[in-house]
Amino acid sequence: MIERIIVLTLVKGSTYAILASGLALIYGVGRIVNLAHTAFMMLAAYGIWYFAVSSGWGMIESIAVTVIGTGLLGLLIYRFLINRIREHHAAVLLMTIAIGMAIQEIIAPLFGSTPLNIPLLMKGTTMILGSPVRDQYLLTLGVATGFVILLWLLLSKTKLGIGIRAVAQDPEVANLMGVSVSRILMITVGIGTAMAAVAGIFLPPLEGGLVNYMWLPPLTMVLVVIIIGGLGSLKGAYIASFFVALIEGLAVTGFPTHGYLSNAFAMLAMVIVLVVRPQGMFGTMFEEERL
Amino acid sequence: MSDLLGLFRRPLRDFRWSVLPVPGRLLAVIFFVFLFVFPLITSRGYPMYLMTVAALFTIFAVSWDVLSGYSGQVSFGHALFFGAGAYGSALLYMHLGWPPGVTIILGTLIGTGIGVLTCFPALRLRPPYLSLLTMAFPIILERIVRSIPKDLAGGNYGIRRLPELAGSPVETYYICLVVMVISVLIMWKLTDAGSKYVRTGLIFHAIREDEIAARATGINTIRYKILAFAIAGVFASLAGAMYAHYQSLASPANFSLLQSFLAIIWVVFGGIVSIYGAVVGVYTLYVITDFIRLTPAAQYQMLIMTVIIILILLFMPEGIAVWIRDKLERECPRCKLSNAAWRKECRACSANLR
Repeated sequence: MIERIIVLTLVKGSTYAILASGLALIYGVGRIVNLAHTAFMMLAAYGIWYFAVSSGWGMIESIAVTVIGTGLLGLLIYRFLINRIREHHAAVLLMTIAIGMAIQEIIAPLFGSTPLNIPLLMKGTTMILGSPVRDQYLLTLGVATGFVILLWLLLSKTKLGIGIRAVAQDPEVANLMGVSVSRILMITVGIGTAMAAVAGIFLPPLEGGLVNYMWLPPLTMVLVVIIIGGLGSLKGAYIASFFVALIEGLAVTGFPTHGYLSNAFAMLAMVIVLVVRPQGMFGTMFEEERL
Repeated sequence: MSDLLGLFRRPLRDFRWSVLPVPGRLLAVIFFVFLFVFPLITSRGYPMYLMTVAALFTIFAVSWDVLSGYSGQVSFGHALFFGAGAYGSALLYMHLGWPPGVTIILGTLIGTGIGVLTCFPALRLRPPYLSLLTMAFPIILERIVRSIPKDLAGGNYGIRRLPELAGSPVETYYICLVVMVISVLIMWKLTDAGSKYVRTGLIFHAIREDEIAARATGINTIRYKILAFAIAGVFASLAGAMYAHYQSLASPANFSLLQSFLAIIWVVFGGIVSIYGAVVGVYTLYVITDFIRLTPAAQYQMLIMTVIIILILLFMPEGIAVWIRDKLERECPRCKLSNAAWRKECRACSANLR
C-alpha cells in the first residue's frame, strides 16, 4: 500500500518533472504559458508508436527521430504562430490551446480512437526492499534525474545557458548586452518542446494507453505543478512535481473507483497555494510586469 | 393621439438621424428585426433549435466579454457559471419539483453566488495565474458533481428529463430571444464607457488598462472586480439554467473546459471588447460549426474551428465584426461621430473626411 504510493509518486513525479521543466523554461524565458505542451508530448508518443510499432524501427532510433522532430515542430509553430502575438497573454493562451486541440483533431483521423500501446523500454522487475518495482519505472526516475542534471549543467555552465538566464531575467538588457533575444527564445522553445517529447516515452504507459484526448489530464496536472511551484521557476517545478504526484497517488489509492478525482484534489491544492501565496512557492513578482 | 405620436417621436428621430446614416447600426437593427421574424421564415425543427441555442450562447459569450474583455479579468473557466446555473436549477427541480420559471431564477442566483465566492482567491492574481486559477474551478466542480451518487445529483450522465421552457418550439424561441435581447442591452449599458448615468463601464476600462492607476485615482478596484464577476455570473448562469431546461438535461459537460473555451473562441472570433462582436461571433461561428455536423465533414468540426481561431488570431486579431465595421464606417476626425465610409464629409460638422 505505502510502497505503491511511494513508487507511483516517484514515477509520476518524475514524468511530471520532465514535462513541467520544459513548460517552466518556456514560461520563464518567453512568458508563454504553452497549453499545447502535453499535446506535443502526445504527438511525440504517436510518433514513437508510428516508427517503432507500425514501421518496425528500433526503439532508440524512433525515439531520437521523434524527439528531434517534435522539438523542430515546436520551434516552427512558435516562430510562425506565437511569435507575433507574444505580447498578449490571453491571445497566447488561446492560441496554444487551439494548437493543442488541432493536434488532437489531426491525430484522430490518422490513428483512430482506439488506445494504442507504446512498447516499454525495459520489461523486467527488480526487487527493492522486498517489493517488486518495474525496471521501466526505475528508468523513468533515472532519465528524469539525468535531465535535471543536464538542464542544470546547460543553464549554469554553458554560454547558451547564461544567455537563456539573461533573457529570462530581463530581455531588454540582455538584448543590449548583445544576446540575440529572438534566437535564444527559439532555442528555448525547441528545448522545452523536445523535453515534452521525452516525457512522451514514459507517460502514456502510465496513463493506460495512447488516445487522442489523453493530453488533457496531464495538462491540468502540469499546470497545477508549475503554478504551485511558481511560474518560471525550475526548482519550484521539480519540488511541486513530486508534491502533485503524491496528491494524485493518495487520491488514486483513497478513491480507487473515482480515479478522476485526483485532478480535482490537485487543483484544490493549487487554489490553496494561490490563496496563501499568489505567486506560487518559488515564483517572483515583477512589478514592471503588471498589466 | 398627439401623446401617442410624442411617444414615438424620440425613437423615430433617433432612428432617422443616428441609425440610418451609420451602416453598422443599421445592420444591427436589421439583424434584430430578422431575429424577431425568423419563425415566420421557417419554423422547422433544426433551424429553430439552432437559433434558440444561439440566443442562449449569445448571453453566455457576451457575459464572458464583460468579465474578460471589458474588465480584463481573463477567465478560462466561464463554464463554472454556466454549469452552476444549469445544475442549480436542475437540482431544485429534481428535489423540490418547482416549475422552470422559479428554478431558473433561483439557479441563476446559485450560479452567481458560487461564482462570486470563487472569485475571491482570483482578486489579487496576475494575468496568467488568474486565467489558470479560474480554469481550475469548473474542473473541480465537474469532478465533484460526477462523484456524487446518481440519485442525489445525476452522476455521470447528468440530470435528465427537466421540464421544457414552453410548450412549442416557437414559444421557446421567443422566450430565449427576449431574454437574450434584454440581457445584452443591460450588459451593453453597464459596459458603455461614455454613459452619463452608469459609471461601471468607465471603471472597468480603467481597471483593465492599469489597475494600479485606477486604484490611485480612488476607485475601489476590488469592489468593481467583484461586481464584474457578479454581472458576468448572473448572465452566464441564466444562460446555463435556460440551456439546461431547453435541452432537458444538466450534464457534467456543462462544466467542461470546452464549454469555457467556446465562449472565448466565439468572442475572439467576433471581436473582443465589443458587445456586438460577441453577438456576431455566436451567430456566425456557432451556427456555421453546428451546421458542419450535418455535412460529411462532421468529424473535422473541431479541427475547422481551431483552424479558424488560429487564423483569426494571426490575421484579424480585432475580430471579424470590428474588422467589417472598420471597413464600413469612419470616425470624423473633428467631432468623433461615426460616418459611412463612403461619405465625403461628416454628416454633423461637414468636416472633410478624405
